[in-house]
Amino acid sequence: MKKISTGNKAVAEAVKQVVPAVVAAYPITPQTEIVEQIAEFVSSGDLKSRYIAVESEHSAMAACIGASVTGIRTFTATSSHGLLYMHEMTNWAAGARLPIVMANVNRSLGPGWNIWAEHTDALQERDTGWLQVYVSTVQEAYDATIMAFRIAEHNDVLLPVMVNLDGFLLSHLMQPLDTIEVGDFVPPCHLPHAIDVKNPKGYGGLTGPDQQFRFRWDMERSIRDSAKVIKETEKEFAKRFGRTYGFTDDYQCADADVIIVAMGTLGKEAEVAVDLLRKEGIKAGSMRLRWLRPFPKLDLKGKQVVVIDRDYSFGRGGILAIEIMAQTKEEVFSVIAGLGGQEITYEDVADFVRNRRMGEEFWFGVTNNV
Amino acid sequence: MINNDRSLIATERSLIVHHHLQELDTIPEIPKEEFILKCTSACAGCSDSLALRYVLKAAGPDTVLVVPACCTSVIQGIYPNTAFNVPVYNIAFASAAACASGMSNAFRAAGKKTNVIAYAGDGGTLDIGIQAMSGAFERGTDFLYICYDNEAYGNTGMQRSGGTPLGARTTTTPSGKTDNKKDIDAIIAAHDPPYQATACAAYPQDLFKKVTKALTFRGPTFIHILAPCPPGWRYSTEKSVEMGKLAVKSGMWVLYEREYGKLTIGAQSKAAIKKPIPLEEYLAPQGRFKGIDPKTVEILKQRIAKNLAKLTAEEAAS
Amino acid sequence: MFEIRIHSRGGQGGVTAARLLALAAMHDGKYATAAPFYGAERRGAPIVSFVRIDDKPIRIYSQIKKPDMVVVLDASVMDVVDVLHGLKTGGRVLVNSANPRKFTGFTSGHVDLTGIALKENLVVSGSPILNTPVIGALAKMGIVSVDSAKTAIREMFTDERNVKAAEAAYQEMSA
Repeated sequence: MKKISTGNKAVAEAVKQVVPAVVAAYPITPQTEIVEQIAEFVSSGDLKSRYIAVESEHSAMAACIGASVTGIRTFTATSSHGLLYMHEMTNWAAGARLPIVMANVNRSLGPGWNIWAEHTDALQERDTGWLQVYVSTVQEAYDATIMAFRIAEHNDVLLPVMVNLDGFLLSHLMQPLDTIEVGDFVPPCHLPHAIDVKNPKGYGGLTGPDQQFRFRWDMERSIRDSAKVIKETEKEFAKRFGRTYGFTDDYQCADADVIIVAMGTLGKEAEVAVDLLRKEGIKAGSMRLRWLRPFPKLDLKGKQVVVIDRDYSFGRGGILAIEIMAQTKEEVFSVIAGLGGQEITYEDVADFVRNRRMGEEFWFGVTNNV
Repeated sequence: MINNDRSLIATERSLIVHHHLQELDTIPEIPKEEFILKCTSACAGCSDSLALRYVLKAAGPDTVLVVPACCTSVIQGIYPNTAFNVPVYNIAFASAAACASGMSNAFRAAGKKTNVIAYAGDGGTLDIGIQAMSGAFERGTDFLYICYDNEAYGNTGMQRSGGTPLGARTTTTPSGKTDNKKDIDAIIAAHDPPYQATACAAYPQDLFKKVTKALTFRGPTFIHILAPCPPGWRYSTEKSVEMGKLAVKSGMWVLYEREYGKLTIGAQSKAAIKKPIPLEEYLAPQGRFKGIDPKTVEILKQRIAKNLAKLTAEEAAS
Repeated sequence: MFEIRIHSRGGQGGVTAARLLALAAMHDGKYATAAPFYGAERRGAPIVSFVRIDDKPIRIYSQIKKPDMVVVLDASVMDVVDVLHGLKTGGRVLVNSANPRKFTGFTSGHVDLTGIALKENLVVSGSPILNTPVIGALAKMGIVSVDSAKTAIREMFTDERNVKAAEAAYQEMSA
């Protein structure tokens, strides 16, 4: 069904389709519309879920863990400081092997209080064992949320999945949305280690140095296996619903001399920069990274790479730049831009490419023009 | 003049002695100096800024406000400006009391008498902030904790909080909240602080008096201010003071103080107990109570009656 | 691509106006996006919303710098905000006003949205709702079709007074 929707409401629509038995969530700008819409669906009876208005984000994730381990589907959403506040429990959720799906609306970290788009929040969760995907359109937010449940709950995965959307730029942006009838695309939730009073087990108790590392390896093994599951799921989605996704969203990369790598809405707007640059005779391409975990092998051979990080790891560098430099020997121009919602347009992106200095790092707005 | 009975109560609890630093025979006149300057980002009709104006007049310049995420974080204005003429330390949502605890201990260690006031909304007090507040009170921290209560998460667009009353519509309780308002004052009372009070932005002189008094105590003190909110409660912006008065006159909000556990009900509430206005008069002008089930109104009335009876009995006994 | 910037104050429905406009454009078979630019919730503060309309998918998320058209729902914001900033030469301005306004170098139109809203009793918490009548005015200016404007309004609002207000604005709108 064709309609128009904000990114936040599209996520809520997707959640309505898959019917989690429990949603436990806490409001935070710019995610609030997600929880408000879900509360509305529950109140009107459109969604037969229990909505727990928990008193904090730490409790939101703890409640999702408690609900999920009974074997039912669960969902939450947060942003920025809310995500950070639940950090102890996001680690717990992945370690507990629970297929929780969470929408995170990427927002900057304080101080100062800044409510606009930045990726550092979710990137600080990259070590936890959560799968992470970054979307760039309202349609993609909807589709990715639906697929996230299928991926998370797959027997070869059983790890939580985070769907990231840019604060305000996508969360509050209205774009066309085509909703689907999910049907059996997302099968019923089955958790092999769900609590069973007839077969009582202890969960997550004291574990010694001779055993703990095995659980850590088990998580890593599953996240490596998840790559296959992601591929299969997206392939099946394309077959049934006609929209194709992938680990990256490549635009004119095949014959490009220089590739722009970015995530989220900036990764989509970069395509407009590519069009501009091509008109000037610069063979640029855009590779929008979608899946951050598991991190894919990027096809950058023989290209110059301009990486735009809407994030930073202090004392080290832009996080995407670091990840890419670890896997490729091609030269990288690392651009740090868009922090705290800093305004950045396709014109700026085109400038980064025109004036690139390979092997260097550039902070947009700090060092005066490129 | 130090009352010996009071210091006995204090030494039972901890090494920190709670002294009532000065007996107040009269409350000082409300000073003319303004600490809230132009360029706040408050909504029209905002009770928070009305309350804060009198809080700061009572506290004076030797004051630091510790402010977690809440409407006040926004009302301050945006960098590089601040609309408050006292230092304001902004801190994460859950941590106002913990941050204030550290700050107070540091000031006192340096021999400074600076007022440390945690100034938080109902979300940062009743819900996500409750752990830190309970800890700070249990440790006898020398600070004033003020909760201005607009009965929902105002800063993020009016989602329900533990402070939302039964039957009120918020964006996360679209059909009306089905749980009761959390009695944070009873929770604070259980921590046995030297002073706690309730207040209302519609009664600024009463608020001024209570803040002045609270700041004479050493140890944790608590003031809970009702802050009617036009966009949240859905009434016309010029009616905030009227709403506050209706809340008190109907008994839905009670003005009182507890000094070392001894309860005194305020005159306005004593009058309301004697001759309350019908609760409907308070509920009707507010969009958040539109269409409220008469059964829910009945429950609210019963709870009000029970609460007033309890407080009346407590006052008589102490 | 056609870019519109809408100026209003929080609580007047400026953000909803942008969404209604995008919805109407979608019913016209176009691709449209609508976005607010504002901070934490606050009634009464000046806010801006952006609408982009095109025949093909829109891949731009950054703010509109050079609008083709500016809509001013609350004339008082013009005291604090330069509403004409970046407006393309020959661009159009629509102001909520009972009286004509002149903006040198631009085509300006006016319509008394407030008056229309008050006449239809479209008032919420003391503020007249301007977002539905303004869609009627924009339909008169050819930005969206009248039918799509009405469809969009009916999709977002159950109260038929909204459609009446849009029709009134359509009639009253001076080209």
